[in-house]
Amino acid sequence: MISTILIIGGGQAGAQAIDTLRRDGYGGRLVLIGDEPHLPYQRPPLSKKYLSGDMAADRLPFRHRSFYDEHRIELKLGRKAVRLDAAARQVELADGETLAYDRLLLCLGAASRVLTCPGAALAGVHYLRGLADVPPIQAAFRPGARLVVIGGGYIGLETAATARKMGCDVTVLEMADRIMNRVVAPCVSQYFAQEHVTHGVNIVCDMRVIRLEGRERVERVVCADGSSHAADVVIVGVGAVAATELASEAGLSCDNGIMVDEYCRTSDAAIYAAGDCTNHPSLRFGRRVRLESVDNAFEQAKTAALNMHGKEVVHDRVPWFWSDQFDNKLLIVGLSQDYDRQVLRGDPASRSFSVCYLKGRELLALEAVNHSKDYMSARKLIAERTLLDPGKLADNELALKEAV
Amino acid sequence: MPKIVFTGPGGRRREIDAPPGITLMEAARQNGVDGIVAQCGGACACATCHVYVDPAWLGRLQPPEEMEEGMLGTAWEPRTNSRLSCQIHITADLDGLEVTVPQRQG
Repeated sequence: MISTILIIGGGQAGAQAIDTLRRDGYGGRLVLIGDEPHLPYQRPPLSKKYLSGDMAADRLPFRHRSFYDEHRIELKLGRKAVRLDAAARQVELADGETLAYDRLLLCLGAASRVLTCPGAALAGVHYLRGLADVPPIQAAFRPGARLVVIGGGYIGLETAATARKMGCDVTVLEMADRIMNRVVAPCVSQYFAQEHVTHGVNIVCDMRVIRLEGRERVERVVCADGSSHAADVVIVGVGAVAATELASEAGLSCDNGIMVDEYCRTSDAAIYAAGDCTNHPSLRFGRRVRLESVDNAFEQAKTAALNMHGKEVVHDRVPWFWSDQFDNKLLIVGLSQDYDRQVLRGDPASRSFSVCYLKGRELLALEAVNHSKDYMSARKLIAERTLLDPGKLADNELALKEAV
Repeated sequence: MPKIVFTGPGGRRREIDAPPGITLMEAARQNGVDGIVAQCGGACACATCHVYVDPAWLGRLQPPEEMEEGMLGTAWEPRTNSRLSCQIHITADLDGLEVTVPQRQG
């Protein structure tokens, strides 16, 4: 008999698991433990509209507080889980309270990868992951402030775009030879680099940061080639690492994330995990992955919730991602590794195009720039492993779904 | 405050308060309206906040932009009165708006 389910982590996954459990008819005790003091909220706006002040704080939470009351959810917010005793099926909070569970769901998320070079701890060096990170960044993004962004990935570039809109003088330093090099095709990198340049962002690639300098606050960022970039404020966006400490200390199997199977079960039968913190099998792509995405958190949480409540469902989804930079929307679906051919649809100069990744005639992934139609079609084609005709695919006049 | 009426997939009607300045999707999600999934939170990236707008109200909404139309084309069972609720901004004159939630999203 499952009478107590604990969820640790109040992000996308935790919020979704609650919803699924109650909608599926779970009537037992349901507790959400979150180390942030806020009601579960959405993170994507933190680098975009919320940062720029175009979105009020009361629009961030997924649900009103009344929703949790109506559904008898015990919220333990601003409370950190510090120890998990898997054998005793107990969780201990920082203030000493212990909670017993029948089933536990870990939605621990990921933490920003920390810069380790000299000067990295100076005041004025910021990371952007949670709501509490935003106010000091907002305060620093005054018109004319010199911002140096370290890392040309999603977070860095979205923040750069927002800072430009707020009137900052922005430089992005990227270690690789192009921005977003791990996630998009060269022509997509090039398109976004040009968009940033057009909006006045200084993008510098092949640039490794070796130290940050300043008396108390950061004043400049120094690179391996000897160049120096004056900075009033620095944003570090150099990736994230899965938050696995609680799980690994409890003896759960972890390897670049908490190891789970397609049912979102960890190596302990009473403990499940969902979201950025998991290393999980992608059934569609036949290998294990760790994904940092809203969609994955949402879908794994749903699967885990149903399985904790006695169902038997597998997580079998094609992942997708998005990024907003200036007035451009980048939509990515699928995983492109293992492709043997790229096909461009449309002309980047038209500001709307997509890149298909094929393995033989099978579509593995698609990157759509301001092209929602191709993106939506690709979601279906990838999931169903539809065989496509690469020749027809290159014809942008032909709808993607007709390229069979 | 404007009130919006949602008819759920099972036919149940539910009236919620929707303050001006937020979107129809946000009002639905905050209140936990059945069938509004809204995975992407309003970025127009997932088409899981699809609703059918009462035809009497359709002409009173701002028409969809190209991005939304591209999304709707492959939403589950799109109709001529399909909209993404994340793209409908609540204003005082939408008081009484009626929408129906599809049987499923995506």
